[in-house]
Amino acid sequence: MPAVSKGDGMRGLAVFISDIRNCKSKEAEIKRINKELANIRSKFKGDKALDGYSKKKYVCKLLFIFLLGHDIDFGHMEAVNLLSSNKYTEKQIGYLFISVLVNSNSDLIRLINNAIKNDLSSRNPTFMNLALHCIANVGSREMAEAFAADVPRILVAGDTMDSVKQSAALCLLRLNRTSPDLIPMGEWTSRVVHLLNDQHLGVVTAATSLIITLAQKNPDDFKTSVSLAVARLSRIVTSASTDLQDYTYYFVAAPWLSVKLLRLLQCYPPPEDAAIRGRLTECLETILNKAQEPPKSKKVQHSNAKNAVLFEAISLIIHHDSEPTLLVRACNQLGQFLQHRETNLRYLALESMCTLASSEFSHEAVKTHIETVINALKTERDVSVRQRAVDLLYAMCDRSNAKQIVAEMLSYLETADYSIREEIVLKVAILAEKYAVEYTWYVDTILNLIRIAGDYVSEEVWYRVIQIVINRDDVQGYAAKTVFEALQAPACHENLVKVGGYILGEFGNLIAGDPRSSPLIQFNLLHSKFHLCSVPTRALLLSAYVKFINLFPEVKGTIQEVLRSDSQLRNADVELQQRAVEYLRLSCIASTDILATVLEEMPPFPERESSILAKLKKKKGSGTVSDVEDTRKERNTNVNGSTDHTTATTNTKPSPSSFVSDLLAAAPPPTNRPRPVPSSSILHMPLSPLSPQAYAVHSAAPLTPFYQVTSSPSSDLLGLGNSSAVNSGSPPAASNAASLLVDVFSESLPVAPLGTASAPIIEENFSRFVCKNNGVLYENQLLQIGLKSEFRQNLGRMYVFYGNKTSTQFLNFSASVVCHEPLNAQLNVHTKTADPVVDGGAQLQQILNIECLSDFVEAPVLNINFRYGGSVQNIAVRLPVTLNKFFQPTEMMSQDFFQRWKQLSDPQQEVQKIFKAKHSMDTEITKAKIIGFGTALLDGVDPNPSNFVGAGVIHTKTIQVGCLLRLEPNTQAQMYRLTLRTSRGSVSQRLCDLLSEQF
Amino acid sequence: MIGGLFIYNHKGEVLISRVYRDDIGRNAVDAFRVNVIHARQQVRSPVTNIARTSFFHVKRSNIWLAAVTKQNVNAAMVFEFLYKMCDVMTAYFGKISEENIKNNFVLIYELLDEILDFGYPQNSETGALKTFITQQGIKSQHHTKEEQSQITSQVTGQIGWRREGIKYRRNELFLDVLESVNLLMSPQGQVLSAHVSGRVVMKSYLSGMPECKFGMNDKIVIDKQGKGGTTDEAGKSELGGSSGKQSIAIDDCTFHQCVRLSKFDSERSISFIPPDGEYELMRYRTTKDIILPFRVIPLVREVGRTKLEVKVVIKSNFKPSLLAQKIEVRIPTPLNTSGVQVICMKGKAKYKASENAIVWKIKRMAGMKESQISAEIELLPTNDKKKWARPPISMNFEVPFAPSGLKVRYLKVFEPKLNYSDHDVIKWVRYIGRSGIYETRC
Repeated sequence: MPAVSKGDGMRGLAVFISDIRNCKSKEAEIKRINKELANIRSKFKGDKALDGYSKKKYVCKLLFIFLLGHDIDFGHMEAVNLLSSNKYTEKQIGYLFISVLVNSNSDLIRLINNAIKNDLSSRNPTFMNLALHCIANVGSREMAEAFAADVPRILVAGDTMDSVKQSAALCLLRLNRTSPDLIPMGEWTSRVVHLLNDQHLGVVTAATSLIITLAQKNPDDFKTSVSLAVARLSRIVTSASTDLQDYTYYFVAAPWLSVKLLRLLQCYPPPEDAAIRGRLTECLETILNKAQEPPKSKKVQHSNAKNAVLFEAISLIIHHDSEPTLLVRACNQLGQFLQHRETNLRYLALESMCTLASSEFSHEAVKTHIETVINALKTERDVSVRQRAVDLLYAMCDRSNAKQIVAEMLSYLETADYSIREEIVLKVAILAEKYAVEYTWYVDTILNLIRIAGDYVSEEVWYRVIQIVINRDDVQGYAAKTVFEALQAPACHENLVKVGGYILGEFGNLIAGDPRSSPLIQFNLLHSKFHLCSVPTRALLLSAYVKFINLFPEVKGTIQEVLRSDSQLRNADVELQQRAVEYLRLSCIASTDILATVLEEMPPFPERESSILAKLKKKKGSGTVSDVEDTRKERNTNVNGSTDHTTATTNTKPSPSSFVSDLLAAAPPPTNRPRPVPSSSILHMPLSPLSPQAYAVHSAAPLTPFYQVTSSPSSDLLGLGNSSAVNSGSPPAASNAASLLVDVFSESLPVAPLGTASAPIIEENFSRFVCKNNGVLYENQLLQIGLKSEFRQNLGRMYVFYGNKTSTQFLNFSASVVCHEPLNAQLNVHTKTADPVVDGGAQLQQILNIECLSDFVEAPVLNINFRYGGSVQNIAVRLPVTLNKFFQPTEMMSQDFFQRWKQLSDPQQEVQKIFKAKHSMDTEITKAKIIGFGTALLDGVDPNPSNFVGAGVIHTKTIQVGCLLRLEPNTQAQMYRLTLRTSRGSVSQRLCDLLSEQF
Repeated sequence: MIGGLFIYNHKGEVLISRVYRDDIGRNAVDAFRVNVIHARQQVRSPVTNIARTSFFHVKRSNIWLAAVTKQNVNAAMVFEFLYKMCDVMTAYFGKISEENIKNNFVLIYELLDEILDFGYPQNSETGALKTFITQQGIKSQHHTKEEQSQITSQVTGQIGWRREGIKYRRNELFLDVLESVNLLMSPQGQVLSAHVSGRVVMKSYLSGMPECKFGMNDKIVIDKQGKGGTTDEAGKSELGGSSGKQSIAIDDCTFHQCVRLSKFDSERSISFIPPDGEYELMRYRTTKDIILPFRVIPLVREVGRTKLEVKVVIKSNFKPSLLAQKIEVRIPTPLNTSGVQVICMKGKAKYKASENAIVWKIKRMAGMKESQISAEIELLPTNDKKKWARPPISMNFEVPFAPSGLKVRYLKVFEPKLNYSDHDVIKWVRYIGRSGIYETRC
């Protein structure tokens, strides 16, 4: 704008701006602007005709006021008028105003589009450019719709000027980014590729940007671009720096274009044609050679441009991963950069090397730089560079240098930044495990790790140590000795106490022979830490003590004394108190044989993927590192053979897996009752009832008491005193287990059979409909599906509303309901066919009649097909037809309720689930949900007023199933216990699954 | 307690910076500038919290005064102090402007040292301050030792606001009742909210140490005295029947430090030894039975999309013998106004584009009169669907009576040591009612 105001006056604008600048206060500025706005308004009043110059001036002022942060709500018309002017400056201001200020306003958009169309079809290149720039700057959907056809035409037309082609390519790129669905891929694609051969380098640069984006979407269409790109690249690389005139930047030939071409090539695998391949290799070699040449200029721009090309070339080499010589050369080049003065270069070099390390050809070459990298880790000032160095060390580590690298990382850890400590800890733990040659080293390393950075050692790390120690007989003695020594330090980290407690509890006997570590000394050592620890650790230590009672009968008295002390027996924490009471009783009552059985050594853990690795992946996201991790894992199996895994136990008996789950996850507290587990049969409990499960570090204790020692009214109500109830325990609370537990069980959990429909079945809103009947089931950019349903007895009617959210028609619309085996025998769904055309913005109603024949588990799937804008849309949504919809509420008195409750005492008839609350535990909401579920809410039945009790009958055509439910919230622990009793076991299970998801 | 005090000009440059406590760092000055003075949004709260530091500011013309603290202070106290600080500065060098502050910075630092000590407010009575902080450079040579010790004993003594041995030939006092009346009225004439905040300002030129007693028609005082019996006879007869038996309900009031609060609490009488010169005796607020001096009747008609007709009638609602002054009616115009034609019967009216309003000014207007303005506003059609918010019509005026109905019943002066009596004192009473935020919706 300043240039304009200089050129042809606009003095008024200059005066206005200087007035604003001279304003002493905000208030004065606002006053001046108000005055100016009033002036412009009076000028724009309809009756006077303004000449182009003043129109431009006032529009300019409005623009300036807008950019100062004030709202402008007029002048759009005048700006649009400017578009039809023949003067460049007036047109330019008009377009500027429109690209800054116009939002999708219907009546004006048409005028603007007309003006743009006129300019596009004019032969004046500057006007065409202005129009293209405006399209790209606005980039709205409307713009894309209006010009999706015109822009490609201009781009590939033979007689278009170079500068216009350039703009057209970038404009198309922008439209493609904002609304990719609207850009038709057609005959012009091949001609776009040929733009790579254009004389004008500017056109080539713009076209390359466009092609990269398009090629990422449909690589096959642009395959031909590879050979053209290689040819173009080789011409640039081999040209003398003076050849390209305007496109030489500080002695580097067309750096931007080179970078883009290299990036384009990264969209494709190495070319198959040997000639092209040779030429490309030649190019890459030339680029690498050039990096060795002395710089032609001392300017930073020169080296920046050169290095940009070089790094992109190295990325391409890594991407291709096929030329060993090139890989090694790239590695050497990066090695030089590792000691470069520029921090950015060092960072980039480390980053690229990380990916290089994963290539089998260059892995060795990368390893030669280990000293430099370690040095970087120690001396680098910038934390992000240090982080990269850690990544690289991790990537380059293998069996040969593991000890060195782990030692270096450990020593660095002491001074490392807090932000990257946790990650380093995880990495050290993984490396130590993965490349451990002897386990003594592994144990030392991990204990060292806990000592140095205990706060950053996550649970998974110390779980893993224990898994490994338990599984390896040869290391147990050493481990016990080491932890014993480590615990003697005056201050040790809590994690170390945990490991120490666990290992001494298990294997303390192995070192008990030494008088320096006699049982009593061991016990006193552990107990000296007891009072400094948090509750979970204390709980663990108590378990270790009871293990001691078994291992060393001679300290039994001392330990009983400790357990008997008030600080244990009357501890404020319920968990500790309970453990103390139970262990004390156990040690007093049980005979040595029983003790030995109950407190047996832990059985080995089953083999599985290290949970630490999972944790690291989760931490890093699904980004590059995990990719590197994956590729490395594959390679390791190749290079190092199958001995790679440290924990090579062959014991894969399924039985003890519950130990794992209990050890590793915050599982529910153990009970002595065998629990029937419907979902996964592996979970059966071992016979030794009071197993070291008690080690489990659980968070929410009081829900299921250990021995049912507490006789709360709830347990009476449940009839737990009955002998039959012993078998009717609760299924494991899978929902409150951490993700690790899910790891273990993922294979065994029944996977819901998926429909044959090609589209994935969408169930995101499914659970919201369990307790209500109306709402929005599904919504995307095109379509909204709403539901309204009513149920009576075993019949139901569902109104499905399909709302077309777009402005165009849906053609061939069809919606059908599919019931898969065995659902088709259980549920009858009758669909009325819907109208095949849905107009834009319109809503279509479809009625489904549903009949329930017998109880069912699965839900039917609604398949929707229609054509929208040339593409076939296929959507499959799970319909929320669930068993509880056929409930009829039943009111009953307290007496009746308990009578029926007792009648349904068969173990299969009861299902119980304990789970963590997902939502806030509001009583009113819970009540509403239970009523919405279909049962009657019975007040005054349960002696505990905070519990909820419901009753209802499920009507199906064949049978009727009575159902009683009971929900016990525990607000303290944020948990629920849900108990359901129905006359059919499968119904109980299904209802329990449905309802438990709601809280 | 106040940790520091800064004065900025309109650009945010620091003119005065005085830090009283260590917990206020140097960066506090910048924090206020960046977050408040240069803040982008328009609405600025008087209290700003930045990084656990509280900033209390007031603005006088283009000057910002900011008190800063890290502690949990009484915000009302801090603002009271800031206002007092403004008063003190005005009393010393007139208008608070950048120029004046720059010219008097030594004086301001001197004042700041005196009226705040380690962040605790001290004596801020201008009269007392002026005895020992002067603008005439070092004056201590002229003071004798006795004078100096007298100042010390006065400032630290029980009656810090008045020195002994004042003598006037004419014992005179001026009493001003200054009120500002605030109103929000619906278009139909319903009062939505109204209150009066008033001040009693006294200028006294009395000899010796006079004991004064002030009486007004406050409901509680009058009721109490009605029950009290004998003493009120004199007061009532003094007033005569002029104000009738009206009494007003004061919602709350605050007094100058010279008023004996214990006596007010027990006997509801306002007695005090006044400072010499001008000071504010009390402040009060009433919300009931307010006399609204003017009534505004708006009529706004939208004629199509491009035209607006406005007619506003104002009626004066007080005794015809009284004259209101400086009347100004401000009629807001829509933001897309492109032209205005105004016709008014009285005074001058003009469309002020910079303020988006028609301003109608009338110099004088007697009571029980009415006047009218009509305007045609042309609008520019906009593509914005937003409707005009119709801000209220506001008014400014000055009337020679107290809209709250407050009347001064008596002010008695006793000076037992000197030989002048209550009758010898010349007393002047003046009532001024001004408009505060006086708005009528349209």
